[in-house]
Amino acid sequence: MPSSADTEVVLTVNGARVRLVTDPTRPLLSVLREELGLVGSRFGCGLEQCGACMVLIDGEPEFSCAREVATLAGREVVTIEGLGGLAGPGGGLHPLQQALLDEQAGQCGYCLSGLMISGAALLSRNPRPSRQEILAALDRHLCRCGVHNRVVRAVQRAGAAMAGAGTPA
Amino acid sequence: MIPNALPQSLVDNPLLSDWVGFEQGGRVRVSTGKVEIGQGILTALVQIAAEELEVAPGRIRTVSGETSAGPNEGVTAGSTSVAMSGAAIRLACAEVRALFLARGAERLGVPAEALSIADGRFQRDGRETDHDYWSLAREVDLARPATGNAPTRPATQYRVVGQSLPRIDLPAKIEGRGFIHDMLPPGVLHARVLHRPWRDARLVALDEAAVRRAAGGAIDILREGDFVAVTAEQEFVAFRAAQAMREKAAWDGGTPIPPDANDPAWLEAQPARTRVVDTGTPPQTSGGTVVEATYWRPFQTYGSIGPSCALACLEHDPEKWGPVFGKDHAQNNGLERDDDSRKRHPAPADGQLTVWSHTQNPYALRDQLARCLGLDAAGVTVLHRQAAGCYGHNTADDAAFDAAFLATRTPGRTVRVLFTREDEFLAAPLGPAMLVKMRAVLGADRRPVDWTIDLSSPVHSNRPGVHGHHGFRSREALPNPPPQPAERNDRPDAVGGGASRNAQALYDLPFHRMIHRTVDPVPLRTSSLRGLGAFANIFAIESFMDELADTAGEDAVAYRLSLLSDPRGRAVIEAAAEMCGWPGTAPPGEGRGLGIGFARYKNRAAYMAVAAEVEVDEEVRLLRVWGAADCGLTITPDGALNQLEGGIVQAASWTLCEELRFADGRVATATWEDYPILRFTKIPEISLRLIGDPRDPPLGVGEASMGPTAAAIGNAVARALGTRIRNLPLSRERIMAALLA
Ligand code: FES
Ligand code: FES
Repeated sequence: MPSSADTEVVLTVNGARVRLVTDPTRPLLSVLREELGLVGSRFGCGLEQCGACMVLIDGEPEFSCAREVATLAGREVVTIEGLGGLAGPGGGLHPLQQALLDEQAGQCGYCLSGLMISGAALLSRNPRPSRQEILAALDRHLCRCGVHNRVVRAVQRAGAAMAGAGTPA
Repeated sequence: MIPNALPQSLVDNPLLSDWVGFEQGGRVRVSTGKVEIGQGILTALVQIAAEELEVAPGRIRTVSGETSAGPNEGVTAGSTSVAMSGAAIRLACAEVRALFLARGAERLGVPAEALSIADGRFQRDGRETDHDYWSLAREVDLARPATGNAPTRPATQYRVVGQSLPRIDLPAKIEGRGFIHDMLPPGVLHARVLHRPWRDARLVALDEAAVRRAAGGAIDILREGDFVAVTAEQEFVAFRAAQAMREKAAWDGGTPIPPDANDPAWLEAQPARTRVVDTGTPPQTSGGTVVEATYWRPFQTYGSIGPSCALACLEHDPEKWGPVFGKDHAQNNGLERDDDSRKRHPAPADGQLTVWSHTQNPYALRDQLARCLGLDAAGVTVLHRQAAGCYGHNTADDAAFDAAFLATRTPGRTVRVLFTREDEFLAAPLGPAMLVKMRAVLGADRRPVDWTIDLSSPVHSNRPGVHGHHGFRSREALPNPPPQPAERNDRPDAVGGGASRNAQALYDLPFHRMIHRTVDPVPLRTSSLRGLGAFANIFAIESFMDELADTAGEDAVAYRLSLLSDPRGRAVIEAAAEMCGWPGTAPPGEGRGLGIGFARYKNRAAYMAVAAEVEVDEEVRLLRVWGAADCGLTITPDGALNQLEGGIVQAASWTLCEELRFADGRVATATWEDYPILRFTKIPEISLRLIGDPRDPPLGVGEASMGPTAAAIGNAVARALGTRIRNLPLSRERIMAALLA
């Protein structure tokens, strides 16, 4: 139910233009999950402390749980659901998603949506990251199941696959 | 050998049809009472079923933890799922296979021995017949009790078991699907509950107007007794209201948590009931070298990354679920099965309550919900859906109660409850603190002739139904709560123990005394945290072994081996020592060191030895970890490695970082900033080896690495520092204090 304080916000989500009329202070994560049905970005803390809600905003990994939606007017958001599209036309899985499967880099999997966002962002600027670079890029994320090292291997494997396939990085 | 006696799960759920069914489209239903909590159990069970039925794993659809449809196998905990559910599924599937083969043979007029099975198709001398499981399904009645007499496939011929089948739930999860949190049916009502900060706290004031203003959208506030919930059509509005409620509520009365409750002295001063268990022969002569040391594990928390979530609806209307649970979700191979569960339970009659929960024990939850809400258990259906990793008794059941209770106040609407991050700390069951005092008398050969472990801890189980209590936090806040149990006793040793788990050292000790002090009552809801008492006991015993070796002037590995005749235990210690290059080259006390720890989880699950290398200046840097495990037959080797490695990381975090704080009568830890856990940049490289013999029965692995990891780190730090810190966590403050001492 729109209220008088609602504002119009136009942004791009996973390549599609989205027009919303909503509370401008509403968190992006809430818009993604409730309005757009993009439930892959996860609520973990709502305090920018765990990384479960990570999305790409103009290509940079950013928390979405406390990010007011009005600040995203004209910006480009990519969620886990749109990650495959980033790797090239035809959709399918992003090489990092495939690498996570290949490395079986998951236990409960709750942290993975966010981790893949940060991992993909790292690979887009550095397709051959070292272990230390990967650890640093993922340090804003918490994983309680302890799949850290598998995720690191998956990032490395995806980087190699992307370089090998000539995927635009 | 894997014995063929009827396992308890088959005794409790005897019909073959409880476990297996053949469905259209060449699919096989395999049902289990165990639930996926991030550990990969469903994948392992699919492998066992595929092996015995001789069908491709991809044909199998799992039904798990649904009180309306599945076998009741109690709680999913304690690394017992493969042993329990796996054993039942193995025998049930073998028997189903034998029955179908007999029927096929009858139809073909050949002896059953002439037939073989290839992916469910029946073949004769390697050539196809016209028969398969599905064509014969109507001719074989599976609604008959299992006998357990059909031969199972010999381990030497395993084709699926022992292979690393990829996790069946992972494909959906890497696409961002598959969690209970994603169930957002149209018209869902979002709820948040204001949990009381301490036991029996009375709500003396709540500025509802301020809460409404902060919410910035329409909300309802429901108050009954000291229970308060807010509901809203939009989740972010409920979220804001919940944040405001926390700030605007004033509490009084009840039993606030003392500020020093996370101090060993507080625990020791509490009332306790003591029992003494002696094993072996007391020493005949007195004298010898006495070694004593006291170890501490603080109150800690499981800290799941996803807050608990539940949905409930009274008079559930299945039509609502259409768009949310379309075929997309039904394809997740066992993850979401709502299309089918709809078929299995048609629209419930009036007054039926359906609850979706990530509980570890759907049946216990159903029974306690029914009891607390005054419903017939037959009118309550609990359907398990997956959530973030579960590492012990978490708030899943509390969220389920909250949703169920609110559903009774809003009939016809589906209520979705999500815990706040703050309440995941404040209102969650606590991992019990433990104080462990070790004492040994070394004889002339510098081996213990007398050994005492004296442990104090609150109970390690307060799950729904335990102690005859419902166990729901919010039920206590509602009017007329059932009385608290007069006494809470810890889990008996016969079922693996609570605080006493792994208190009995596996070493060859002529005399062993355990003094177990159950600290009760305490003004805290303590309950199961992964591994229960094993973590602190193994940390204490294995630290103490190093201290004894030091006293004896012997190498820590050699000393252990001289006291251990169990060959499987010796083998994992030797393997870990070899992997890490024991004893290393770093001189003691100069900032770098190796340490080792060993245990057999529960003294009957997997054997594990862990070695750790650390560097210590002002804080501990965990450089590398090595581990060797003997889990007998591993159903899914990669899954076992994943669990063992995850356990190492979590245990390292408990050991190095974690401790709850109490202040203002409550758990003062409210966010991840107050409760740091091990982050990516602190993660060591980890090398693991599985050295078990596949002819030995499968042994639970879920918790096996945790105690040995704590001990290995503790011992490595002691070596690096030249002095030992016996209280966990080995935090910067403790290191600094040790350096200054
Ligand atoms: S949910 Fe956004 S960082 Fe935790
Ligand atoms: S896999 Fe469970 S939190 Fe990372």
